[in-house]
Amino acid sequence: MSEHVEIRSGVYRDSVALLQVSKHVAAVAGVEAAIIAMATELNLDLARQMGFTGLDAAEPADLLIAIRCGDDVLETALTEMEGAMASSPSVAASSLEVPAHTVGAALRRADEATLVLLSVPGAHVLPEALDALEAGRSVMIFSDNVPIAHEVLLKELAAQRGLLVMGPDCGTAIVGGVALGFANVVRRGDVGIVAASGTGAQQLACLLDHAGIGISQLIGVGGRDLRAEVAGRSTIQALSALDADPGTTDIIVVSKPAPAEVTHAVRAVAERLSTRVTFCVLGPGQPTMSDTVSSLVQSRHGTSPKWPAVGVREQQPRAGRLSGIYSGGTLADEAMVIASSRLGEVRSNIPLSPGLLIGPNERASTHVVIDYGDDELTRGRPHPMIDPSIRLERIAMDAADPSCAVILLDVVLGHVADPDPAATLAPALRAAGKPVIVSLIGTEADPQHWSRTAEALADAGAEVYLSNAQATARAVDLVAEGTVA
Amino acid sequence: MTDPSYSFLRDEPVIVSAGAAIFDEALHGQAVPLTVVDWAPPRFADSAHIASVTSDPRRHAANQQALDRVLTARSELVDVRPASEALGLKPGQFLHAGPPITWDRASGPMRGALIGAMIFEGLAANAEDAERALAGDNVELDSCHHHDAVGPMAGVISPSMWVFELRDPVHGGTAYCSLNEGLGKVLRYGAYGPEVIDRLTWMSTVLGPALQTAVRAAKTVDCATILAQMLQMGDEGHNRNRAGTLMLLRDLLPHLVASGVPARDLAEVCRFVGGNDHFFLNLVMPTAKLAMDAGRGVPGSSLVVAMARNGTDFGIQCSGTGDQWFTGPANKPEGLFLGQYGPDDANPDIGDSAITETIGVGGFSMATAPAIVRLVGGDVNFALTTSRKMYEITLGEHPMYSIPILEFRGIPCGIDALAVARTGILPQINTGMAGALAGTGQVGAGLVTPPEKCFTDAVAALAAARPSTA
Repeated sequence: MSEHVEIRSGVYRDSVALLQVSKHVAAVAGVEAAIIAMATELNLDLARQMGFTGLDAAEPADLLIAIRCGDDVLETALTEMEGAMASSPSVAASSLEVPAHTVGAALRRADEATLVLLSVPGAHVLPEALDALEAGRSVMIFSDNVPIAHEVLLKELAAQRGLLVMGPDCGTAIVGGVALGFANVVRRGDVGIVAASGTGAQQLACLLDHAGIGISQLIGVGGRDLRAEVAGRSTIQALSALDADPGTTDIIVVSKPAPAEVTHAVRAVAERLSTRVTFCVLGPGQPTMSDTVSSLVQSRHGTSPKWPAVGVREQQPRAGRLSGIYSGGTLADEAMVIASSRLGEVRSNIPLSPGLLIGPNERASTHVVIDYGDDELTRGRPHPMIDPSIRLERIAMDAADPSCAVILLDVVLGHVADPDPAATLAPALRAAGKPVIVSLIGTEADPQHWSRTAEALADAGAEVYLSNAQATARAVDLVAEGTVA
Repeated sequence: MTDPSYSFLRDEPVIVSAGAAIFDEALHGQAVPLTVVDWAPPRFADSAHIASVTSDPRRHAANQQALDRVLTARSELVDVRPASEALGLKPGQFLHAGPPITWDRASGPMRGALIGAMIFEGLAANAEDAERALAGDNVELDSCHHHDAVGPMAGVISPSMWVFELRDPVHGGTAYCSLNEGLGKVLRYGAYGPEVIDRLTWMSTVLGPALQTAVRAAKTVDCATILAQMLQMGDEGHNRNRAGTLMLLRDLLPHLVASGVPARDLAEVCRFVGGNDHFFLNLVMPTAKLAMDAGRGVPGSSLVVAMARNGTDFGIQCSGTGDQWFTGPANKPEGLFLGQYGPDDANPDIGDSAITETIGVGGFSMATAPAIVRLVGGDVNFALTTSRKMYEITLGEHPMYSIPILEFRGIPCGIDALAVARTGILPQINTGMAGALAGTGQVGAGLVTPPEKCFTDAVAALAAARPSTA
């Protein structure tokens, strides 16, 4: 057995590309362990856990290559790695063209560009985003882990210049008919969405699409926009942009639970607009996302929509606790609001109140909803919507835990999301041996197809719902009353 | 919608993207027009410092102001005088290339040049005497840059040497540079044998006075115009100055002929200038110095106003940080070697001539001088790519100096220390190589970059100098 540890400087690939390289090398026969990743603290820890040593000289900007394999396999493994590295997507360029290395340089060349999309690591967002704003372009920031001071600075500047900062941590937008980031393929229409929540926006758009109502624009503003420090700066910018958009006749603002002073200020702005604005700010006693869409459909068509469900069957409530395993923060919030109103306290890594905090991998004896898409868990690795395998371990753990009565999880479809999440999740669900309820966010036009994915998950034993509120309510129904203190 | 800022809502957006390729694939799938940035995290600079400097509210306007001054500067040769007169140098005072250095840290070629200058000034009878004196307290060394001067390679200027005096008629600056000695065994490469001293003596007694007469008769020689023309003629202004040298001679020749200098001396002057392809380098350098000095002292500006090496340290100065040097150990150039010499014989990078790259000629304009690539060890593709790459780290393009093969695009002008820190792209410098051993002379020519540390430290200092905001 030989161990190959190499630190390479001057090479950079994003974490998703490197994940593919790692997978490729690990699949070589005779390779026991392989990690090819940027040498961030998190990845170095991961490599140490895998038993690799000699990593101390690595800097975060270095590329770490660590392979443990049979002596005769190393050369093959390294060749495979070089091949996979070379084919991992980078900028195509003729020998004489020098690609732009900064957003500023790219904008000097691409004069006609109207929007900048950033997904560089959070610590490096500010210079690139400032390049965009200083050049008079709005910017969508997918990246999370952006310091909040940077967010405030960017949004202040954008407001001064009449520009829009979508994000940071903005996973979803649909603008000018184009889906950016994690967005579903929905019909075009006249409802504008302003979303301080990526998966919340996706849920709204998919429910509206199912009810036959289309989206004019979906503007993500980042999960922290309605926090006190950021004070809804982008939400306010987005509202005025949509108010001026002739294609928008209704606006929905969706957010995780938010402080009242900020929502009051934003509501005051909304009242001055000529377009009707509906607020869907999640919280106890507030309408769910499904309720919000139902009301809108009711007001337009006079009837309430019925949300699709697949695999629903008679199941007996069980004694034990609810375990929510989410990839979308807002979907997790909504599940917690609904579950806690009926079951009592729900612990979480993103708790509704600070006293309910629990670590993501802590063994729980109470109802738990964990958001695996949280910043803390995505630092240095792909989002669970891109790579669902991060949640498999938790599903197996809950399956084996007799105190867990029901597993509730979300699966989000659309652009950028895993092309076939059912393939990854189905074996784990089949092995669960207890009720599994899936909130499946998507449309028939999505690359993964809602029905096809729903059937595959139902075949594995899950009940599948388009409405996250309905899925949660069903999961709560299957928890026998009074079983958790 | 009437506001053009939100046009991406009205029409299908045209996107510039930086980061994870997976998002680009989704956009390609929707046939959205897309420019992808070849983004990588900063290789050496601290990202907090980068963030701080980038968000300095003064930066944008400060860089624009500094750059405007650089771009509008002009350069006229107005006189040729002894350094004692022009720079006020006294016996025992020597200027040298690069950031300040002391004798004990000086490299071989720097020591060789100082020894030669001591002998030339009559302050030492031989090398041993000179070294003893230089190691003592009675000799003063200072950077050329601290005296409005620049000098190639060791860049040693002593009181009896003659210097060019140039003026910037727009911003009023003055810059000085020594007269170029030619190639081979020459003082600036650290040689100090009798032929070196004899040549320096001839330059002070014959060449300098003849040029003085001619320049004074001509009133001025417009060096900026010659630089603009030579860039169109295959010179990059650092390692190749052939066209520039001949254009200077063309301008001065009538005045030399009419000067009354004895015909034999006149013939020797013309043979020396015309036969020294680097003669005009010593006018490109002060031309660049005048422009970069015009850009100095703008608070908040990350413009690099000087890059200079003393054979031990590489130093840079920025507009927004005054006269502070940011130094790191000079790298060894890579390239081609003369005769039997090899990499082990070469000294680390030396000379003020990197002022040419600071304004955007030399290595930055390599595309305009395909003939140079063989000397420095590259190919034509490399020259084209290098110039294109330098636009990534410069603040602007020069309206007067342009590169025909890049569709007459202005040279990449004004290095932004922040852009270097962000992209990790280091300025490309074309250079000669001096022998590491004092007394050797030139051993080759090649390519070199500054040490990363100069830019890491400069950005840290710019971050420290920014006013704190609420």
